[in-house]
Amino acid sequence: MKAMRDVFIEGIYNRMHQDSTLFFISADFGSPKLDKLREEFKDRFINVGIAEQNLINISTGLALEGFTVYAYAIAPFLTMRAYEQIRVNVSLHAQLKEININLIGVGAGLSYDVSGPTHHCLEDITLMRTLPHLVLFSPSDWKLAEKFVDYSIKIKKPKYLRFDGKPLPQIYSHIEDSDFLNGFKELVKGEKICLVSTGIMTHKAIKVAHLLKDSPTQIGVIDIFMLKPLNETLFLEALNRYDWVITLEEAFINKGGLDSLVASVMGRKNSKVRLKRIGFEDAYVFDMGSREYLHQLNHLDEKSVINTIEACQGVV
Amino acid sequence: MNPNSDLFEYLKQKASWVRKETLKIHKIAQETRIASSLSAVEIFVTLYYGKIINFDPANLRWEKRDRLVISKGHGAISFYPILADVGYFDKGELGNVGQEGSFLGCIPDCIIPGFETTNGALGHGLGVACGISLALKRKGRNEKVFVILGDGELFEGSIWEAVMFAGEHRLDNLIVIIDHNKVCMLDYCRNVIDLGSLDDKFRVFKWKAETVDGHDVYSLYNALAALKEVKEDKPRVLIAHTIKGKGVPRLETDALSHVKNLKAEEIDAILAELK
Repeated sequence: MKAMRDVFIEGIYNRMHQDSTLFFISADFGSPKLDKLREEFKDRFINVGIAEQNLINISTGLALEGFTVYAYAIAPFLTMRAYEQIRVNVSLHAQLKEININLIGVGAGLSYDVSGPTHHCLEDITLMRTLPHLVLFSPSDWKLAEKFVDYSIKIKKPKYLRFDGKPLPQIYSHIEDSDFLNGFKELVKGEKICLVSTGIMTHKAIKVAHLLKDSPTQIGVIDIFMLKPLNETLFLEALNRYDWVITLEEAFINKGGLDSLVASVMGRKNSKVRLKRIGFEDAYVFDMGSREYLHQLNHLDEKSVINTIEACQGVV
Repeated sequence: MNPNSDLFEYLKQKASWVRKETLKIHKIAQETRIASSLSAVEIFVTLYYGKIINFDPANLRWEKRDRLVISKGHGAISFYPILADVGYFDKGELGNVGQEGSFLGCIPDCIIPGFETTNGALGHGLGVACGISLALKRKGRNEKVFVILGDGELFEGSIWEAVMFAGEHRLDNLIVIIDHNKVCMLDYCRNVIDLGSLDDKFRVFKWKAETVDGHDVYSLYNALAALKEVKEDKPRVLIAHTIKGKGVPRLETDALSHVKNLKAEEIDAILAELK
């Protein structure tokens, strides 16, 4: 079990030794792995304070002057407090100029479960997807986050990195460059029904597929980690081998998130595959308890997913 | 600073020309914010014709150029004639502002040669400029970063995030000019939130602050030249007292001047009167 942010920061720390154009800016947010980085690179690590708007603006200025910037904060505050800064200074400028700003949001979905709805982040996929020229990376494990280190330096575009706040088990032992650039991976080949998920929910999808391994047909699992850009042609080919697609995300559904991405890809080509969406309905979560408990209350737990699968099987 | 009467006469003439050209633009592009653009005329004129700013229209990415971030984007229509005059684009383009196919919008974007950033939305420019300023310092470069802020814009919280940052990081290559025209969109600023004197607010946050008559090119030139040269490890702010709608009596006394347009006949009459 490793936290995505720790692995990613370690990677950036290593690269900062060789590459003097990397800056790491934090809005007073840390990680044990960040301690040596900020100690060793006093000139290129800056804590702007609890000031997410300024985090983005300072990062923009540095990027306009050719630096590669990592802007680091808690995901809901990074994406929503500073949304207009991301829109005007990052996304809009990126249409005209090369700017490499990597927005690292930690605390996707319900990572900060017991901290309540201010710290939950159920909107970021929708909000970041809608901004032009922004890469949207939503990894399910630290191995993908590690792979993204190189990509973040090479691809000179703004990017949003949606990191889970908790250490998660490893899913990928290795990922080919081509698979990485496609933006998704079919982790379990199945028939008839496929779970399409991102972030932590991919762990749940794999588990459910395993629990149902004795079913007459294998449940498929596709992990989408690059919501933008995504190789939509290959993705649709993968989906079209199934009758049903069930999306799983720790985010709001029916309003622009992963489910909408899948629906729009299918809709554009008149795919015959049918779609079910699992995620959060149109309400915030005030309930206290573990992440798994909150999943149960909101029908994102394994049993609920299995119920949805069985309902689909009934009409296949 | 030696008063150079030729230079100041030249700056005054340029200011008069820029004011007229700005009014002409407003005649064809009524969505331009004329009052806000007229208050900043002498500021732009002094920066460019006074050679306070180092620039090269032939090389937009010239490494040695000073950076100018115009945070009060809507109030920069008076910058268009200057950009054309010094060679960033053809003067004929001034007749196309806001028209189909033109790159000159009623609020400027950084598709316009000579604009470093896009600032139609208020409150962003200073923070971005701080990032640029920091980048130049880390690169060991000597170029300056100039920022034009509006006073109404000072109500944006993000401005103060940047003010605190710049002072703390001793961004001594940063020179902010506040176009202190005292009027925001709906009223006099003091009737919205009275900030009192601005210079002490900046000094508290570790800035060097000066105040000047923002329509007097002599004072503006000397103040800017001094702020550029002074050796003090602080960001600098010049509070330029200006009049919103300067040159158009009807606008100069109107609390709603920001949203007032001038009709073509009115502009013709003003142009005839302005020498």
